[in-house]
Amino acid sequence: MTGEAGALLVVEDLSIEFRTREGIVRALERASFTVGQAETVGVVGESGSGKTITAHAVMGVLHPAGRVTGGSVRFRGADLLALGEEERRGYCGREMAIAFQNARAALNPIRPVGRQIEDVLLRHTDLGRSAARDRALELFARVQIPDPPRLHGAYPFELSGGMCQRVMIALAVAGSPALLIADEPATGLDVATQCAVLELIEELAHENRMAMLLISHDLGLVGERADRVVVMHAGHVVEIAPSAELFAAPRHPYTARLLATTPHPDSRLADLRPIPGSVPDLREALPPCRYRYRCERAAPECDEPPLPRVEITPGHFVACRRPL
Amino acid sequence: MLRMIGRRLAAALPGVIGVIVVTFLLNRALPGDPAAYFAGPAATPRAIEEIRVKLGLDKSLPEQFGLYVRDLVRGDLGTSLTTGQPVVADLRARLPASLELTLCGLLLAIAVGVPLGIFAATRPGSWADHIARVLMTMGNSMPVFFSALLLVYVFYYLLGWAPAPLGRLDAFTPPPGSVTGSFLVDSLLMRDGTVFLAAAKQLVLPTATLGLAALAPIARITRAAMLGVLASDYVRTARAGGLAPRTVLYVYALRNALLPVVTALGIVFAFLLGVNVVVEKIYAWPGIGSYALEAVMTSDYAPVQGFVLTMAMIYVALNLLIDILYGVIDPRVRIET
Amino acid sequence: MSAPASGAGFALRQALRHGRHLLAENPLSLVAFVMMVSFLGLALLGQWIVPFDPLASDATAQLQAPSRVHWFGTDQVGRDILSRVVVATRLDLAISASAVVLSFAAGSVAGACAGFYGGWLERITSRVVDTIMAFPLFVLAMGIIVAVGTTLTNIIITIAVINFPSYARMARAEVNVRREAGYVEAARLAGNSPGRILALHVYPNCLPPLIVQASMNMGWAMLSVAGLSFIGLGVRPPTPEWGIMVSEGAAFMISGEWWAAFFPGLALMLAVLTFNLLGDALRDLVDPRRRT
Repeated sequence: MTGEAGALLVVEDLSIEFRTREGIVRALERASFTVGQAETVGVVGESGSGKTITAHAVMGVLHPAGRVTGGSVRFRGADLLALGEEERRGYCGREMAIAFQNARAALNPIRPVGRQIEDVLLRHTDLGRSAARDRALELFARVQIPDPPRLHGAYPFELSGGMCQRVMIALAVAGSPALLIADEPATGLDVATQCAVLELIEELAHENRMAMLLISHDLGLVGERADRVVVMHAGHVVEIAPSAELFAAPRHPYTARLLATTPHPDSRLADLRPIPGSVPDLREALPPCRYRYRCERAAPECDEPPLPRVEITPGHFVACRRPL
Repeated sequence: MLRMIGRRLAAALPGVIGVIVVTFLLNRALPGDPAAYFAGPAATPRAIEEIRVKLGLDKSLPEQFGLYVRDLVRGDLGTSLTTGQPVVADLRARLPASLELTLCGLLLAIAVGVPLGIFAATRPGSWADHIARVLMTMGNSMPVFFSALLLVYVFYYLLGWAPAPLGRLDAFTPPPGSVTGSFLVDSLLMRDGTVFLAAAKQLVLPTATLGLAALAPIARITRAAMLGVLASDYVRTARAGGLAPRTVLYVYALRNALLPVVTALGIVFAFLLGVNVVVEKIYAWPGIGSYALEAVMTSDYAPVQGFVLTMAMIYVALNLLIDILYGVIDPRVRIET
Repeated sequence: MSAPASGAGFALRQALRHGRHLLAENPLSLVAFVMMVSFLGLALLGQWIVPFDPLASDATAQLQAPSRVHWFGTDQVGRDILSRVVVATRLDLAISASAVVLSFAAGSVAGACAGFYGGWLERITSRVVDTIMAFPLFVLAMGIIVAVGTTLTNIIITIAVINFPSYARMARAEVNVRREAGYVEAARLAGNSPGRILALHVYPNCLPPLIVQASMNMGWAMLSVAGLSFIGLGVRPPTPEWGIMVSEGAAFMISGEWWAAFFPGLALMLAVLTFNLLGDALRDLVDPRRRT
């Protein structure tokens, strides 16, 4: 779907199903996108669109009820899904790392946060115990945690949400990965902390020439920071474009609607329009285009499989038969 | 840490008071005239009257309670009609046998149940998981006296591997000098291998019975706790960080899963204290359970009361220990209180 | 009133659908159900279908091994063990069921009132609960029985007392969750008195988890009853009761006459297993999240 030469991460035709008591949920269907070296790619969509599941599948920490039913995840050309557990683990934390959403729950509640960083350091570097401790303190300082020596021994419940998020980020970058996945890094924090955390992630990515997959439901937040944006809806990738182009000329009706719901400085309240309908039930039989029933441009041809993928202009992909 | 222990001690106090009040009320609920009861069947009316005054039964209920507490503080639990000894002395002599047995059973149950629960939880849906679940369900449904008798039948009568279920030592082995009261520990202290082996042999079946009884709840709770923890966000973080599977399992998952297991240990221990009575009866174990049962046969209430009181105090003390242990494992408890 | 009722109807339909799913997924529940029906059948009809009089001793047929005449053998005074085991079903089930019903009623009402009204009612209830829980329960049961005497009523009450805390605690927690629920607020605004709200709106909604608790508790109550009998603090011989029968047969286990203790023990185990499996199935039905 994209130029793969030189891409760090290539996700191709990735499909994931979840088995639940109420039936099989096709949570992700033939999703494809790439992340280049040192590139920041944003992934945007409503909750339930498959963003987080994609990230978990890339990291190999999919919930046990989930199953990859097709496609590949390639990192520097190696197909991660084909690797054995042991080899696969070699990538985690060292080549790619993830900062999970809801950082407080994602940290071990009964282990001092400093020790948790050291666990990663001891695993992925040649540092000894005391050197690992020094490095952990450095990392704490780098993610702007005040008084690192004191907070090194603190437990997650003693820290604020913003501090937990910073620890989470330090944990993710401890192994100096080439790719950082940040899953909703700012959600649940107050606005000032949100900005600080996002700026910190950007700086770290820039400093270490880290590629980044920035996942958020907030198109505005992602658009400011990402080189390119992947828009997802109900388990489908519906549009991929460079940020500026996406904002200037969205081609998928869903992206256009999403943009219209995103406030910006010169918009008035009347301009903000909600997207009609809701994310469809992924357990049921769905038309080839899962946006079909919410779409005002829908036409009979939209019911014909397969879902198209059109490169409308170089680097701008859209999965729609009647693009804008 | 000391402050936390102090708080826990204070929190255990209402339980202790409750235990004392209940045992007092039970004592007064005895059918018939307690004075005649305590005086024994052969007592003359005058003796009964003396006992009534001695027991303070001629006083009002609150006064009687005061006397009861005073006696407790002095360590006076009355006299056993069966042995003619003060109940406290009897209990002190027999308690080590009960404790040795119960603790061995508990340790066995933990040593088998926790790994079994972990094993089942890390392989959900596998044959090992199914076998573990069947074992847990069966174990929960097994009457202890039934499993004890089956063990005796198979390992004593059929196979002849175990010694006769007749107490802590066979007739030919003299008990070791008493230091702690535990035959295992004392024989080791005396460096007497023969006695140690003889005592251990006698312990095997009763310990296995207790262990089997406590195995199911421990394995069940461990499995449930591990399943919950393994699905937690922080274990996912550890996995995504590429940590070694051993680190993930033991440092991240197990230590968190142990919190509910430790809490459950208190309930399991209480259960074992009850089971202990039955096991002591079957294996003719000279502990405080069989002491109480002997007293029941002769309608001698003071030993029964002493037994209930002792068991309850042991339970209160163990719960205190568990609370403290919980604080050691869980910083949230340690720091916030 | 109609809102909770239709909610209950919906929940019932859901539960039935879910129940079919569970039975298909877990055939063990079906086995348990069949076994429970069998035990209930034996309890009701047992005394008319047994081959021998469970109390008739026979000096010529003491401690005979299982045979065509005596399928489960005979005991030390020549009574037919099969007949005794079957006839004992009614007594064992009745004692345990009465105790469970009693502690369910007392515990749920006390806990619900404590949770709903709070104040001194709550303090007293929780004090009583904590005091009972400070004892190892079986030991407390021993202490009570010895003090009050081994009559049938006393045994039932004692087992009910030691099970009281689990119901009271659960009911209190359930009521606490629901006290501020929307439908309670609605009923309050509609002018219902607090007592009426508790009785008609809150209490019924707390029952499902308590019923699960009761079915899981049934097995434990049977073990306690039999355990007390076994140590001589329950039903008195020569009444056929599983615990006593095992107790009487215990001495012969050492000399190889296994059947005297084995069959009553097995019957008890199967009955407890039945109720435990039913409890598990019921819990899955009511609260699928707590599956283990």
